[in-house]
Amino acid sequence: MIRFLFKGLLRDRNRSLLPILVVTAGVSLTVLLHCYITGVLGDMIEFSAKYTSGHVKIMTHAYAENKNQVPNDLALLEINDLISNLQIDYPTMEFVQRINFGGLLDTPDENGETKKQGIVAGIAVDLISENSEEIDRLNIRSSLRKGRLPEKPNEVLISDEFANKLEVKPGGTVTLITSTMYGGMSIQNFTVAGTIEFGVQMMDRSGMIADITGVQNAMDMNDACGEILGFLDSPNYDDIEAMNVENTFNDKYSDPNDEFSPVMTRLKNDSIMAGYFDYVDSFVGIIVAVFILAMSIVLWNTGLIGGLRRYGEVGVRLAIGEEKGHIYRSMIYEAILIGIVGSFFGTLIGLGFSYWIQEVGIDIGDMMKSSKMMIPSVFRANITTPAYYLGFIPGLFSVVLGTMLSGIGIYKRKTASLFKELET
Amino acid sequence: MENSEIVTVKDLIKRYPIGKGEFTALNGIDLTFGTGEFAGIVGPSGSGKTTLLNIIGSLDIPTEGSVVVLGKSIRELNHKQAALLRRKHMGFIFQTFNLLPVYTVYENVEFPLLLLKLSAAEKKKAVMDSLEWLGLTDKMKSRPAQLSGGECQRVAIARAMVKKPELVLADEPTANLDSENSHHILQTMENLNKDLQTTFIFATHDDKVIKYLKRKILIEDGKVSADDVITN
Ligand SMILES: Nc1ncnc2c1ncn2[C@@H]1O[C@H](COP(=O)(O)OP(=O)(O)O)[C@@H](O)[C@H]1O
Ligand SMILES: [Mg+2]
Repeated sequence: MIRFLFKGLLRDRNRSLLPILVVTAGVSLTVLLHCYITGVLGDMIEFSAKYTSGHVKIMTHAYAENKNQVPNDLALLEINDLISNLQIDYPTMEFVQRINFGGLLDTPDENGETKKQGIVAGIAVDLISENSEEIDRLNIRSSLRKGRLPEKPNEVLISDEFANKLEVKPGGTVTLITSTMYGGMSIQNFTVAGTIEFGVQMMDRSGMIADITGVQNAMDMNDACGEILGFLDSPNYDDIEAMNVENTFNDKYSDPNDEFSPVMTRLKNDSIMAGYFDYVDSFVGIIVAVFILAMSIVLWNTGLIGGLRRYGEVGVRLAIGEEKGHIYRSMIYEAILIGIVGSFFGTLIGLGFSYWIQEVGIDIGDMMKSSKMMIPSVFRANITTPAYYLGFIPGLFSVVLGTMLSGIGIYKRKTASLFKELET
Repeated sequence: MENSEIVTVKDLIKRYPIGKGEFTALNGIDLTFGTGEFAGIVGPSGSGKTTLLNIIGSLDIPTEGSVVVLGKSIRELNHKQAALLRRKHMGFIFQTFNLLPVYTVYENVEFPLLLLKLSAAEKKKAVMDSLEWLGLTDKMKSRPAQLSGGECQRVAIARAMVKKPELVLADEPTANLDSENSHHILQTMENLNKDLQTTFIFATHDDKVIKYLKRKILIEDGKVSADDVITN
């Protein structure tokens, strides 16, 4: 009997090929969407890692507690020793120094008097060391609008908009007025090497990127910095690895009773990011749920139509003495088979496309007028383990549900009225 | 020949719920059929022929009264037992043939045997015999779509006959056939009735069928109004 039904399934394309195609299409979309969303959200996480949080971040306990105020008076000290030690403890990782700072930026006229002035939000990174990867990491080169990259510690980049407001051009001088680490006043001249576009309003209004040594000099922060960001050797954030680093670091270097001792937090524990991760998970869940629902409706209809077309078959099978339950079950088995085959091919196709988007990426750079520093221009999919099985959930669920619902229609009906319907 | 009773219907009443009320389709039927009969339930459309045939075929249950088929009381059978009764002892022929389009003639005829525990050789022999009775041997690899209406109904008869059932129930078997084909299939069934002692009960209002019947039971408004044995 089973062989017989299987033969029928293979021969009746409306019963096999059509639903399999629907499942394949739905499943491949689910898989593709999952990989794409995981990729895009992963890119965003990575983006945040590069600019603010690192995969892991080291601060002093005191700085960490007030980090919204950027309290550079609570900065990490003796960081060169610390970083050397970290390179030994975690040889595959990269650690970089960052100082976030605020203050006033002044453009002097020919007499040295203030011509224009504005509040500045600055990031100090290693722009000059030969082996520094910060320029690439922060996408600085391609977002340069005017001038060139800094070559000396006292050269800076400021946002294009800010430069216009301050009426300063590349080669011009700006004066940074801020406080030193010890609370004294700091006034330091910098040369504007070039201008950049951040792509984020707040930063475009008042942003500045300076070399770390230049800022350390200006703020009296020799061998000190606000934050050390650590980057793992993998292209995507690996929370387990990060947690491992976080734990071992804190065991070795951190002393909760000393507020100036360093403490490490991993990206996922960064307050903003924590919610973000949950968001990623629930977002993926919602997508899958929507697909299950949509596909179920489509397949339910396919199943219903199939079921109606098979009234004759059901009638004959009842007449030859097959039990209703047996007929119903065989239809469910058929659905499971179709679901598995469709999901298999759907997953294969979905993974294929995802792999392509993962490797090549969708470059929206051409669509934007020009690359901006803080806006990613290439979106990539990311194939994670769930992508291999996730599609089977809507794939199987929808056909089986569709068949069950349409089957109940047949099953519930009185045998006799089924035959009455056969007559017409 | 017609010694043992195969179907006994006593005081059969069948009511269908319609809206809030009920509709009485069969209103006190008393009938017996003996083994080897070639009988027809005859009457105008809506008189209750199909209803009666379905109850005899255990596809429907009586509201009141008793129907005993091959020693089994239809009212007391559960789904499984009714299915078993049909599987082992009954063949059905429908007005609309109800062949399965994706299967060949051979496979359509083989279908009822799949639920019975037969060896491959037994199955093959039964199918080939049945195809031969109906003159379909040369069509056994065709699909129903490639056959004429008459040929389709012959396949349906072959399917009903393949397990050599004691009882064949045929509901308007000629309604979709022209007169030549109607006569042809009735002659075939007449021969099967003679050769295999199979009991045939028809439901029909077609004169072409009525001509062949050995017994004509007229029902009107859910009641038997005449029951004639035809001798010729
Ligand atoms: N499931 C049902 N529900 C309600 N009324 C029905 C049902 N089946 C049949 N009937 C009614 O019972 C009567 C007899 O039907 P049926 O046995 O099909 O007649 P026949 O086969 O003689 O044309 C008809 O009036 C029909 O409308
Ligand atoms: Mg009828």
